[in-house]
Amino acid sequence: MNIDSIKNGYVIDHIKAGMALEIFRVLELDKLDCPVAIIKNAISGKMGKKDIIKIDAVIDLDLDALGYIDPDITVNFIKNGVLVEKKHLELPERITNVIKCKNPRCITSCEQELDHVFKLTDREKRVYRCIYCESMAKQR
Amino acid sequence: MKHLIDILDFSTDEIDALLDRADDIIANPDKYREVCKYKKLATLFFEPSTRTRLSFESAMLSLGGSVLGFSEAKSSSASKGESVSDTIQVVSCYSDIIAMRHPKEGAPLVASFRSEVPIINAGDGGHNHPTQTLTDLLTIRREKGRLDNLTVGFCGDLKFGRTVHSLISALSRYTGIKIVLISPDELKLPAYMKTDVLDKNGMDYVETTDLIEAMKDLDILYMTRVQQERFFNEADYIRLKDSYILTKDKMDYAKKDMCILHPLPRVNEISTEIDDDPRACYFKQVACGRYVRMALIMKLLEVEA
Ligand SMILES: [Zn+2]
Repeated sequence: MNIDSIKNGYVIDHIKAGMALEIFRVLELDKLDCPVAIIKNAISGKMGKKDIIKIDAVIDLDLDALGYIDPDITVNFIKNGVLVEKKHLELPERITNVIKCKNPRCITSCEQELDHVFKLTDREKRVYRCIYCESMAKQR
Repeated sequence: MKHLIDILDFSTDEIDALLDRADDIIANPDKYREVCKYKKLATLFFEPSTRTRLSFESAMLSLGGSVLGFSEAKSSSASKGESVSDTIQVVSCYSDIIAMRHPKEGAPLVASFRSEVPIINAGDGGHNHPTQTLTDLLTIRREKGRLDNLTVGFCGDLKFGRTVHSLISALSRYTGIKIVLISPDELKLPAYMKTDVLDKNGMDYVETTDLIEAMKDLDILYMTRVQQERFFNEADYIRLKDSYILTKDKMDYAKKDMCILHPLPRVNEISTEIDDDPRACYFKQVACGRYVRMALIMKLLEVEA
């Protein structure tokens, strides 16, 4: 794959340098069959260094998970080789199965099939709480 | 269909209406004797709590309804590993409303996702216990005639006491509330309660370790148990426990119309010599618990008198 030319897919841009692998893991990109490129430490005018991930396929991209990891990320949507949308992420109101509740007294600790859902309770301080037990997620 | 999982699920208007209904039930019990005839309350207690269960069952019986359920996980299919969600979908078929207590935090919320009937959280671990808070609010309003412009002292274990956290959250929505937090340093109110509730709502509060000193200003004194297992060593416990026991001589410092509440059961934190003092309201509080649960069952079942 020519990493510059995505036909139909996404360019996840402005990732904080060093964070690409975590995003790769959270989005489970290892499970994809399509070409995926990780570019580490690209030179950026604004950020100094940044990471970039390119995915050459239309997948079910969890923008909430991405926004939670880093709300400063930009996602470029590519269709037929053309940039059709540039999306600036923000902190999502809710995230599902992105992080796990670690409270041993939480119902999620004994019922394995439950979704781990966290909701944003303080946007300014970036506080997320488990919807079941209200434990605070560890701050990123 | 509405559930009660967290006290903040209800607006202050809804709470006020609920307390009005409870007042009317107390004044005119006959009017309510059959309003829930042919309706069934299921009490699903995955963890034993005899008094809470009896309060719910008595409430439903007083409305002319009937009750079924279990009082510990051993006698339910949870002991066979059934999920909360499955249990609730089954019990939904047998009842019109469910009161559920569970040792795990958030279990009643999980139940509410799949239930065909209203769910009442009757306590989920150390997390929420909204009907206790409704009970506290009804008692305060009946004793004081209002829920605003009050100085409310909380004494004892403010760190782990969920009833304290819920009542503070509920009171944060009324104006002119001043909170006095009385506890040993080891059992102070958690920091998140101060930032997320007290500070966020601009509430007036003070912290102190001295019960006698705090006493004179209080309209309400909410006592809680100081449990030995909360301390790292026995010496600290013995040193501190007597400071947070309410005795007759400490009552001399209180206002003549102060009102003492306690979620019960008490161990020794309120001396029995106070029980006959007109300011002791903790047994009236138990009675309020039943009336407010009656009002709640009516609200969630959407029945009228
Ligand atoms: Zn949790």
